[in-house]
Amino acid sequence: MSYVPSTPAERQEMLSAVGLKDWRELYRDVPPQMLLTKPLNIPHAMSELEASRAMQALAAQNTQFSLILRGAGAYDHYIPSIVKSVPAKEEFLTAYTPYQAEMSQGVLQSIFEYQTMICELTGMDVSNASVYDGATAAAEAAAACRDRKRRVTLISGAVNPDTIETVRTYCYGTNDELRVIPVKDGKTDPDALNELLTEDVSAVIVQQPNFFGLLEDAEALGEIAHAGGAQYVMSCNPIALGILKTPRECGADLAVGEGQPLGLPLGFGGPYLGYMAATKAMMRKLPGRIVGETTDSNGQRAYVLSLQAREQHIRREKASSNICSNEALCALTAAVYLSVMGPNGLAEAARQCMAKAHYLCEQLTKLPGVERVHSGDYFHEFVTTLPKREQVLAALEAEGILGGLPVEGGVLWCATEKAEKAALDRAVEIVKEVLAK
Amino acid sequence: MATPNELKYTSTHEWAKIEGNTATIGISDHAQQALGDLVFINLPQEGDEAVAGEAFGDLESVKAVSDLISPVSGTICAVNEALLDAPEMLNEDPYGAWIIKVEMSGETEELLDAAAYDALCEQEG
Amino acid sequence: MKLIFEKSVPGRHCDLLGKCDVAAAELPQKYLRATPPELPELSEVDVSRHYTELNQHVHGVNCGFYPLGSCTMKYNPRVDEEMAALPGFTAVHPLAPEAHTRGCRAVLDTAAQYLCEISGMDAMTFQPAAGAHGEFTGVLLIKQYHDARGDTARRKIIVPDSAHGTNPATAAMCGFEVVNIPSAPDGCVDLDALKAALGEDTAGLMLTNPNTVGIFDENILEITKLVHEAGGLCYYDGANLNAVMGVVRPGDMGFDCIHMNLHKTFATPHGGGGPGAGAVGCKEFLKPYLPASALMDGAGKKQVRAFAGNFLVVVRALTYLMTLGCEGVPEAAKNAVLNANYLMQRVKGTFEPAFDRICMHEFVLDLSEYKKETGVSALDVAKSLIDYGMHPPTMYFPLIVHEALMLEPTETESKQTLDWAADVFRKLYALGKTDSETMHAAPHHAQIGRPDEVKAARNPIVRWYNDSETETVRGAGN
Repeated sequence: MSYVPSTPAERQEMLSAVGLKDWRELYRDVPPQMLLTKPLNIPHAMSELEASRAMQALAAQNTQFSLILRGAGAYDHYIPSIVKSVPAKEEFLTAYTPYQAEMSQGVLQSIFEYQTMICELTGMDVSNASVYDGATAAAEAAAACRDRKRRVTLISGAVNPDTIETVRTYCYGTNDELRVIPVKDGKTDPDALNELLTEDVSAVIVQQPNFFGLLEDAEALGEIAHAGGAQYVMSCNPIALGILKTPRECGADLAVGEGQPLGLPLGFGGPYLGYMAATKAMMRKLPGRIVGETTDSNGQRAYVLSLQAREQHIRREKASSNICSNEALCALTAAVYLSVMGPNGLAEAARQCMAKAHYLCEQLTKLPGVERVHSGDYFHEFVTTLPKREQVLAALEAEGILGGLPVEGGVLWCATEKAEKAALDRAVEIVKEVLAK
Repeated sequence: MATPNELKYTSTHEWAKIEGNTATIGISDHAQQALGDLVFINLPQEGDEAVAGEAFGDLESVKAVSDLISPVSGTICAVNEALLDAPEMLNEDPYGAWIIKVEMSGETEELLDAAAYDALCEQEG
Repeated sequence: MKLIFEKSVPGRHCDLLGKCDVAAAELPQKYLRATPPELPELSEVDVSRHYTELNQHVHGVNCGFYPLGSCTMKYNPRVDEEMAALPGFTAVHPLAPEAHTRGCRAVLDTAAQYLCEISGMDAMTFQPAAGAHGEFTGVLLIKQYHDARGDTARRKIIVPDSAHGTNPATAAMCGFEVVNIPSAPDGCVDLDALKAALGEDTAGLMLTNPNTVGIFDENILEITKLVHEAGGLCYYDGANLNAVMGVVRPGDMGFDCIHMNLHKTFATPHGGGGPGAGAVGCKEFLKPYLPASALMDGAGKKQVRAFAGNFLVVVRALTYLMTLGCEGVPEAAKNAVLNANYLMQRVKGTFEPAFDRICMHEFVLDLSEYKKETGVSALDVAKSLIDYGMHPPTMYFPLIVHEALMLEPTETESKQTLDWAADVFRKLYALGKTDSETMHAAPHHAQIGRPDEVKAARNPIVRWYNDSETETVRGAGN
């Protein structure tokens, strides 16, 4: 299978037009000893039918669970049909970055609308057009908050470990320090935060709900951060923002997070969507693309990539981020999701996630030896102790259920609006059976 | 292109007006023309130190960014914050729209007079 | 076009979830937001038509010729999309146990094996989500390598002045000082400048080959040897790999690590700006420094994002590689190079190439003389192409050519398309000589006229507000 349209005769004709005899002459600048002399050691070309079969066979080696009770940064939500069909439209799909506004108004407007929706979710004034995922969004936020004097980043130990390690790696890059704020009963310890807030701290990063599913006292943490002269960054689950206090209401300067719950499939971890929004004061510190409204030569409303002097193609080594390609199609997906859900649908999804998780928790903690590890309020994830952990999880998997994630001290469970009561009851029954053995 | 005689210039296209111990600093007409429509300026704060030959801020047009290099060393004693809302004043009146004032201490960059600066611009094309 | 918010009708909605079948859980008021987010309230048909209308105002590769230099806008096969949408891939949780994710792991392993073979590397990670992210990951390998050896005086990364802006930005993100070296007149590395820049403080060199003007650097072995002799490592920016894949391997050129843009070279769609995937490969000695996921693989490694990367993009790229096979990979490269040379040959005599010699997969036109003569700029020509339904080439890059237009036709364009494109360029060349005004005002038949970018930057409006006063003004235009 080849996607080269020209025929052998045409290729010869084109070579002749260039004044060459064969393709080797095209590569005459390449030192001859470097040219590959034998075929690549990869399989021979397949037809579309053959390749499709081979890929389907690989897909079939994965287990498709009927119920997923695992979250920890990737959430199994219902994806409305239209949320899949819109981003599959070939123009949206195959366009490049909208550098040529006159040919890209559809992409630009869709991003402008996405930016507005993220601002509405977070209460912020400005959003960028996306970054890679929630973890890199937090790392970019840490970089955006640094100045000459304040270089240290504080991150709560109750943030997702993948996010912490990503921020740590970015700090390693710029030779800056990362300090982890200790956790008390599953939540960021405010006293510990206060002690860590030295004069060189630029940003405090917390997650809402946090890695253990618990709701942080986000306003109080923000007040402590600001009192120490640091910027306050909140990483929030966007579905939860359908009902939870906005990062702006909690005093955040930057709101970031993982947008995957907004209509993106689990997909073994990607592509996902990092969202980033900020107060007006932080606008020019935001990395990545931002679409702005303007008028065209006829005075009509039009959209363009704006504030580009922040970006790497202009600022080069002085740019605070090198981001170029982003997750535009995932941002489009999230915008379509938010459009069909609307304010009420999003709040309903959030409430149902919470109801199902609380129901699951109540049922599980009726079982002997299963207890909540933390005491605080939670959204759609919670940690319990679990005797015979490996056997329980294996028994669930055997019945097509992916149980919670093993973590230190127990299991981190998650339930979303997709979980039916009957399925949750069945899962609890299986746990009960194993524990009774 | 106007190049007022009473000012001194840098090879990086800033101008300085030196009165007693105070230097008023801006960008030249040549600089604003080369950059095009200015859309944003990053300014230092009053009380910050300026170091001759080093950046004290930067200027953005739509497609370019340019460091502002201080011609003198000293303490920044005034900042023209009106530019934050209206950077286009630098396009409209480059010698009227000053950027910072510096209370000088210590060394000064080798500065050019108007004729030498015009010759430099000529050379750069 | 109206914004989706301007189509909102209070109380309108889609019924997507149904009733909750367990008791509601309540949260204390202190956690709850004061007012709901102002998302649009619409029916499904409203949403469908809105996005269909937007989609009609987008130019994709499927619409027509898209010779955007350095972006490799080749055709994105539909079967790749179908495979990436298989529930067997989309429904897999990244933290599901290994025994239940064998298919996903096999996709990553197989793709890694093919890409190692193509690049001449020994190990591969798919964690980076894009090319720039891959650069970051790759340069971090170099940093870790020197750090592990206690060789911490190596603080400088050498970058030619013809490089993509991401290269110096990446080096800075990795804490290195950037040493820009001037290019030779042909855009290749100036060996004397390189020698002068190398020293005991050299951490490495970042290089694109073929370079950003579309020329294969014939001194490449000498270049990588010089860097290695100085104790530095060589990073290959794979932006231009499409020219040489299956023909010559970066690993054989002497590079130690590399990123490849799966969304360029391996035909996965750009999606209006992303997602991409920046596979990073390295030689065996750098393998210990490849990133991992704390949740999937345990702590102790560097990590550049959550989980294993843009997996569904890798599914597309693997499908593509399976269809091409060992025959199709070099065939694609050769035809990409042939198409570029053919188009350059057909345009020559009007707009002139900046470098008049055999090019690789892309070439740069230099319009500075033309502009002096006619007043018509590269921008004017680019905007005029839009009226012909052609996406403009990359403008004003690389920086070392003034009034540059960089064309990369890719291998998936036919001779007929290239002939048509060359004719359009010839027509515009003639038009500029007689009627420059028409070109200054182009485009004339596009979705919009030229937008006022200065206004957008001076007075940024970056989100919509429900402000009834401006709404009346805005609503009028539709």
